[in-house]
Amino acid sequence: MDLAFVILVEMLYAVASLILIGAGLAVVFGMMKVINLAHGEFMMMGGYATITAVNLGVNIFVAMLVVAPLVVGLIGLVVERLVIRHLYGRLVDTMLATWGLSLFFIGLVTMIFGNTTTGISTPIPGFAVGDYQINGYNFFVILAAIALLIGVLLVLRTTRAGLVARGAMQRSDMAAALGYSPDRIYMATFFCGSALSGLAGAVFAPLVGLVPTSGGAYIAKAFITVIAGGPSLVAGLLSSAGVFGIVSQIFTFAISPVIGEVALLVAAVILLRIMPQGITGRFFKGRL
Amino acid sequence: MTLNRRNFLAGTAAMTGAAMLPKAVLAADAIKLGSILDTSGIFDAYGKPMDMALRLAVNELNGAGGLLGRQIEVVSYDTQSDMALYSQYAQQLTRQDKVDVVHGGILSASREAIRQTMRKNKTLYFYNVQYEGGVCDRNIFCNGLTPAQQAAALVPWALKEAGGKKVYTLAADYNYGQITARWIQKFVEEAGGEVVGTDFFPLDVADFGATIAKVQTAAPDLVIAPLVGGAHLSFFRQWAASGMKDKIPLASTTMGVGNEHKVLTPEEGNGIMVAYSYSQDLETAENASFKDRWTAAYGDPTALHELAVSTYYGVHTWAKAVAQAGSIERDAVTAALETGISVDGPAGKYTVDPKTHHATVDVHLMKVQDHKMKVIETLSQRPPIDTQAVCDLNANPDDNTQYEIQI
Repeated sequence: MDLAFVILVEMLYAVASLILIGAGLAVVFGMMKVINLAHGEFMMMGGYATITAVNLGVNIFVAMLVVAPLVVGLIGLVVERLVIRHLYGRLVDTMLATWGLSLFFIGLVTMIFGNTTTGISTPIPGFAVGDYQINGYNFFVILAAIALLIGVLLVLRTTRAGLVARGAMQRSDMAAALGYSPDRIYMATFFCGSALSGLAGAVFAPLVGLVPTSGGAYIAKAFITVIAGGPSLVAGLLSSAGVFGIVSQIFTFAISPVIGEVALLVAAVILLRIMPQGITGRFFKGRL
Repeated sequence: MTLNRRNFLAGTAAMTGAAMLPKAVLAADAIKLGSILDTSGIFDAYGKPMDMALRLAVNELNGAGGLLGRQIEVVSYDTQSDMALYSQYAQQLTRQDKVDVVHGGILSASREAIRQTMRKNKTLYFYNVQYEGGVCDRNIFCNGLTPAQQAAALVPWALKEAGGKKVYTLAADYNYGQITARWIQKFVEEAGGEVVGTDFFPLDVADFGATIAKVQTAAPDLVIAPLVGGAHLSFFRQWAASGMKDKIPLASTTMGVGNEHKVLTPEEGNGIMVAYSYSQDLETAENASFKDRWTAAYGDPTALHELAVSTYYGVHTWAKAVAQAGSIERDAVTAALETGISVDGPAGKYTVDPKTHHATVDVHLMKVQDHKMKVIETLSQRPPIDTQAVCDLNANPDDNTQYEIQI
């Protein structure tokens, strides 16, 4: 019974972490069609921003939830102005440019922080469930993922800005004819996507040993989650993260962590073979 | 100073120019010591302190009048963490620079990339890094700790400290982790214990939640974790975060090699059991004086690690053999090394094992305590038993293989 609860929490945690990893990319790639190969590095910088802020004496939750998204969002803004805005609609070129950016950021962070592992410890203590000890921080990650999904959903659905953004992504010429500047909207959307990436990196910072090349560990999972999710932002993230998180955890528990990772990839291949447009290309059509 | 393009160009041009100047105007008969290390790129955290240690040792020797009345000149190449550059620079060192000895190589892949070049060109080679063991070649001297040396010391002690019999192993999924896990199993069984579970993790796995639950299901008395790299450091953090640290004791064969214990907070790190041939916190007169000399030469000694120290030993071991042989010829120096030369230094005593050309070293059993390694016990002169099991250069001097050690 206790074990069942522990496994359940671990599964929810796995799903939540995939949602967090994929969220920023879902905005930048899913909405804007920019293949951001520097997504992992945005997360890595979110982690470094958090650690730096905590070491400067900022409260850890402020550092994670405010400082890191702002810092990475601003970095994203600069990147968008200098590089990405010249490349909208040029899929292959953005790939090359963002890959270059990812190398640049790894180099930059290595120069600033050195090529060594850094980290902070988790702010929430572990607690006992029957005979088992469980990481209290898992619940924070799960809550953060839920809050993030609800937040994105509310913004896109109920605010004017969300409506304008969605409109501009579908028909930028029409949005322009109605008096909205697509240029500005793209800029703001890219800022939001980067900020979400930064937030994700920040939330994982206390769980990992951070090195400048940490981003590489996230990038594949982020793309798999977003592509398998399909066109809808929230429903896509939720459904693909759900499938992959649960599959990988079942195999991790039943066999081994290596098989868990393999199972995630196999599930992705099968899923894309059956549903090339992603899960929300077939189910939940037209949802957000 | 503002950095504009003109300043930048002028600055880099000056640096390039300086780099192209002859290293120094040295006496024509200087002894040439070749160094081949990754001092930039992703392995620079290992390579830079090794390079500094090598130069420190050479400067000490030169300061004391050199070797055989001649100064030593370092001919060094930065392989930039790129395996392809190793073979290129190895050719350059042996054919063009015609150095008398080569020290260097970090990853096993880099060692294997240059070992045959050294052998073919009859250039003595020192590899000064902790590795998986099994290299059997009369032209090479391996100065680092091998898994059995470490596990043989760590496992029985950790089991005794844990006061139980059941062990769970969590290892990195590549050859070092696989080999080490097998040695752990062997020594656990020899100590009358039992391995109740072994899990391997790819190097980029950073989420250990499921594993921690699985370990608890097996309820071991001790967890041994030969995990490697930044992502795996997460394990120690998540282990502590779930409150397991005070429930099941933890030992590791890798934690601290790259000074990881300074990254973990005391709550996360305290009490983890490790075994190494060197730690900055060894309280010996030799170590204190070594750290003073390091500080005098380079400032802050916090980057210092076991690999740097074994490089330092490597240079001094070679120098002692040259002095004893009265020659820098490869065969004479090898013969001198095979008399079982030993060198005292910051980590204790390093002795050349003539049969395998590996090192017999002092292994220190330590516990992490507030960002430091507290020495609990020192086991003196542990032989490289894993390589000894497969390699006998006395009997087969022409052997030239890296054995996979069957356990």
